[in-house]
Amino acid sequence: MKSFTNLYKNSENKIIGIAAAPGIVIGKAYLFTKEKLNISKAPITNSDEAISNFEEALKQSKKELNKIFGIAREKMDDVRSAIFEAQLMILDDPILLGNIEKRIKAEMVQPEFIVSDEISKYQELMIISHESYMKERAQDIEDIKYRIIRNLQKKRWQSKIEKNLIVVSESLTPADTLLFSRRESLGFVTDHGGLTSHAAIISRSLNIPAVVGTHNASTLIKDGDTIIVDGFHGYIITDPTEVQLSFFTEKQKKLFEIQKGLEEFKDKPAITLDGKEVNLEANVDVTGEIDIVITSSARGIGLYRSEQILNELESFPDEEEQTAIYSRLASRIYPKFVTIRAFDIGGDKFRFSEYKEPNPFLGLRGIRFLLENEKLFRTQIRAVLRASENKNIKFMIPMISTLDEVWRSKEIIQECKSELKKEKVKFDNQIKIGIMVEVPSAAVMAKEYAEEIDFISIGTNDLIQYLMAVDRGNDLVSNLYQEFSPVVIRTIDHIVKAAKHSKIPVSICGEMAADTLAIPLLVGLGLDSLSMSPVTILYAKRIIREFNFKDAKALADECLKCKTEIDIQKKVKKFFDDNNISRTRNIL
Amino acid sequence: MIEKTVKIVNKAGLHTRPAATIVKLAAKYKSEFFIYRDGMSINGKSIIGVMTLAAEIGSELKLTFDGPDEEKACDEIVAYFERGFDEL
Repeated sequence: MKSFTNLYKNSENKIIGIAAAPGIVIGKAYLFTKEKLNISKAPITNSDEAISNFEEALKQSKKELNKIFGIAREKMDDVRSAIFEAQLMILDDPILLGNIEKRIKAEMVQPEFIVSDEISKYQELMIISHESYMKERAQDIEDIKYRIIRNLQKKRWQSKIEKNLIVVSESLTPADTLLFSRRESLGFVTDHGGLTSHAAIISRSLNIPAVVGTHNASTLIKDGDTIIVDGFHGYIITDPTEVQLSFFTEKQKKLFEIQKGLEEFKDKPAITLDGKEVNLEANVDVTGEIDIVITSSARGIGLYRSEQILNELESFPDEEEQTAIYSRLASRIYPKFVTIRAFDIGGDKFRFSEYKEPNPFLGLRGIRFLLENEKLFRTQIRAVLRASENKNIKFMIPMISTLDEVWRSKEIIQECKSELKKEKVKFDNQIKIGIMVEVPSAAVMAKEYAEEIDFISIGTNDLIQYLMAVDRGNDLVSNLYQEFSPVVIRTIDHIVKAAKHSKIPVSICGEMAADTLAIPLLVGLGLDSLSMSPVTILYAKRIIREFNFKDAKALADECLKCKTEIDIQKKVKKFFDDNNISRTRNIL
Repeated sequence: MIEKTVKIVNKAGLHTRPAATIVKLAAKYKSEFFIYRDGMSINGKSIIGVMTLAAEIGSELKLTFDGPDEEKACDEIVAYFERGFDEL
């Protein structure tokens, strides 16, 4: 660990950003800057020829964009790829095109000048707006303007990009990101953007390591520089020393070996030495991840965070759009199942309310928000039901803290079912309805809740925060966020027993399920399923196949008697040693 | 000519998706359709024009429709605004 800290955490030649997509890459940087176009204002003599050139450029641009739109549709869902639709519409905009043609005839100068001048006019209007999203919109328009002008100048679509480079850029448009992925880019580094930026979402879907939001990486990194991108921690090492290079090459090699070693588990069940099988399921954020889920040997999707759809759309999709998204999801994963979690809005995720909540984590989020905005909740329920025809969808409600919320939700679902029956729409009348147990009040009364519903999923991230009264994003107290706290372990035990009492399945879908150290303990506590990011499933499977359920149960019993987190951690680590299980994630 | 004032009622405002829908609706009709805001008149059949309107929740826009099918155009487009672009 010491070498890690010295080589890395305390090193001076690193750039810090946001870890947007996991993985480690070492490679040459390709500094992607949009080529500055020289726009000619030279006079022309033949306006008909100029206009036909312009039309030809539009045609070519449409061809390019349609191709990108096509790639986007194949990699992302229809609604997400709709961001390209507006761009395509601009190429058919009768007013814009009409003005450009009129001006070409009247001013008799190069069409590229007129195109630039006309489109810039709109961009300026967007930039002066005080809405921040308008500035992004101006950027999208820049993309179109650039495309038309480049085609007027008959320059080729893609400047020559070598394969296997790390793309470093101020920002990446969705189109850029998709195209670079086609060129087998190793990784992405951008100055701007957060976890939800297009570049971040697309790189996660495509399994390409990425660090975004670095502020100035594109000015610090030069074309051709060798850099190291650590998509696990959000760091970039520039101009690495020999020691750093060998350290990371070693890390990469180990990572590769582990991944290769894990392949052998792909077709084997997640079963303990003494025959207890654990369902390993996947958490899904991005539609593109479904491909990974399908090949990951996950039993199904244990958590589909539906609010992620809103990230991309800037708005609430209507019933038809949602039905399309959920249907596609359900049919792609069929015959496995998908657990769709109702929009968990509020808290750290979204702030849609105009009222600024002083304490959003204790405010209007999850089911509270949905019941306040019942129309929206109904829209989602109807869409989920309509997509459930193949009977492989489960529906899950987040942030339940009172029984009333469960009753009210069930009533609304029942009403939606009756409506659909009247409308003669097919759906799964037996659709399983479950709740997230992530608020202490629901954990304490888990038995009563279990009698009302079909399954329980424990959301450990929030449960721990609320149990310990600690904001894990707050550095001053984050040490109190203790996964292995006796309180956490006992609470999980309490919930599992309540679920067993009502004979309903219980799973964990928080990050704790992906912490390989926690796996024997969780299995020992009697959880039926663990839901985690699809890329970690094989890691978990390897561990489960290396111990006996009866030993894990004994471990859980011992841990339930512990008084401190350290005691529990010691016992868990000893369990790994005693059973000769190596901890792969340590090296990451 | 018909003149109507509409209010933006959805939380996300007039973003790219409704902008595209408005333009598609307008394209179905022969009538001219303009949106007035901050002293600008934007042709409602132009996507790039409509995209320059940063209309957040609560803001008001004046719409005009002029032509043989102005009533139908007005009904459909105003209704779309009133439905909060189907995002309520």
